[in-house]
Amino acid sequence: MLNAFLTLLRRDLLLAIRHPGEVVDAWLFFLLIVVLFPLGTRPEAGLLTALAPAIVWIAALLSTLLSLDRIFKTDFQDGSLEQLLLNPYPTTVLVGAKVLAHWLSSGLLLILASPLLAMMLGLPARAMPVLMLSLLLGTPVLSLVGSIAVALTVGLRGAGLLLPLLLLPLYTPILIFGAHAVQAAALGMSAEGPLYLMAAILALALTLAPLAIAAALRIAVE
Amino acid sequence: MKTWFHQWGSPPHFYERAARWTPWFSVLALVTLAYGLIGGLVLAPMDYQQGQGYRIIFVHVPSAWMSMFIYTTLAIAGGIALIWRMKLAEVYIAAAAPLGASFTFLALLTGSLWGKPMWGTYWVWDARLTSELILLFLYLGVIALYSAIEDKRSAARAASVLALVGVVNIPIIHYSVEWWHTLHQGPTVTKFDKPSIDTAMLLPLLSMALGFTFYFAALALVRMRLGLLQRERYSRWVSDMLNQSQVKS
Amino acid sequence: MNWQEFWAMGGHAFYVWTSFGAVAAVMLANWLLPVLQHRKLLDQLRRQSRRQGGQSR
Repeated sequence: MLNAFLTLLRRDLLLAIRHPGEVVDAWLFFLLIVVLFPLGTRPEAGLLTALAPAIVWIAALLSTLLSLDRIFKTDFQDGSLEQLLLNPYPTTVLVGAKVLAHWLSSGLLLILASPLLAMMLGLPARAMPVLMLSLLLGTPVLSLVGSIAVALTVGLRGAGLLLPLLLLPLYTPILIFGAHAVQAAALGMSAEGPLYLMAAILALALTLAPLAIAAALRIAVE
Repeated sequence: MKTWFHQWGSPPHFYERAARWTPWFSVLALVTLAYGLIGGLVLAPMDYQQGQGYRIIFVHVPSAWMSMFIYTTLAIAGGIALIWRMKLAEVYIAAAAPLGASFTFLALLTGSLWGKPMWGTYWVWDARLTSELILLFLYLGVIALYSAIEDKRSAARAASVLALVGVVNIPIIHYSVEWWHTLHQGPTVTKFDKPSIDTAMLLPLLSMALGFTFYFAALALVRMRLGLLQRERYSRWVSDMLNQSQVKS
Repeated sequence: MNWQEFWAMGGHAFYVWTSFGAVAAVMLANWLLPVLQHRKLLDQLRRQSRRQGGQSR
């Protein structure tokens, strides 16, 4: 079972490395949103500092949304998704490998880029660890919950337009806790509360989301 | 129990029964709504803090209750549709989701109309209004997903999964919004809840809530019959029914 | 309380009556639409079955 998990993980990562365009696009999208915000308002330090946690987190939500689109699409088109479901191994485990591969090629990159962006927005350095930690706890949830919606819409034309409507309402708790943890840290307060809550949400998503993704994929392939 | 389940699961049986039940629910809805309206608009005393504007609560609170209640029933029906593949549960989801969305919309509209005289503005990022708004988007997601998938059986099953995911999320969303709100609560914001409630207000309010529930029950049956007929229009029992009604007429 | 006072709602007439009016309108529309649609669908199906019945005879 672990072997199947690792094989699938390796395959998906290799695919991502061979076609780096999509990975890089989502990452650039993340950077661009953050760059656009100061241009839409005054480049005033106090204002941007106050908005920085929200900007970085909203950019993370949107770029995850953009990159999620590809997670099951090619597999669905070339039929390997059906094989995945017919596999003797539990679908939840295989689905977990795919989501992990997606997170490694999207969420992880966001985390690595986030300190630079936060610095450009004038976020104090003491908030950086909390920013990265909140993204580390939050972006896997975005990938997990997002994969459910992608699995539900995988066979549809125009799924890209449906995804934000299905997902953004579900993403609100992560946005609230993530951005406010960073905010608290920026103000020099303790960010433990929201971070623990995010960890709890991550645990919940880790246990329940693979079941939902597997069920959704079965419906889509039927 | 099992035969009951089977009987209710059979479309022609349900189609006939639902037609007989609808008038009963409608009458119950009319009576309770009439009492609620008279009690709420005329008999209930004026609120000394909020004046007459508080009477909006008699439609706002039941709408908000219905919006939560219907989403929960969607998730339950979704579970039934996924596990037992019961056709009626699938039809129920398609029938009830737009009703739930319209109640959510009404809760938002009346909430903001209540807010204008109380807060001085139509929209305040109040915790309840904000979670109600997110709930509206959850409903719209279910409806959009259902209508985007052409095969209505798999559409209903996909919507079921989404409703179940939504129902797990609602408490988290609700809690997070509440948490966010207490973090930023200004000193001027008045609370939505009334401090204490008079029986002269409570009885009409409960009656309105019952009326909304009966109204929903009647309409859910009406919409389920329509959905069933649309879905099964080429099946045997529909043509049998049509032939019979022609013989009679 | 006389009628005039009742309609005035202590100066909150607009908010109160818009609320109740909107609720009534939406509830009425929600009721009428499926009933009319049902009638139309039944008519259509009846016409179809009559046409098919005529052919087979």
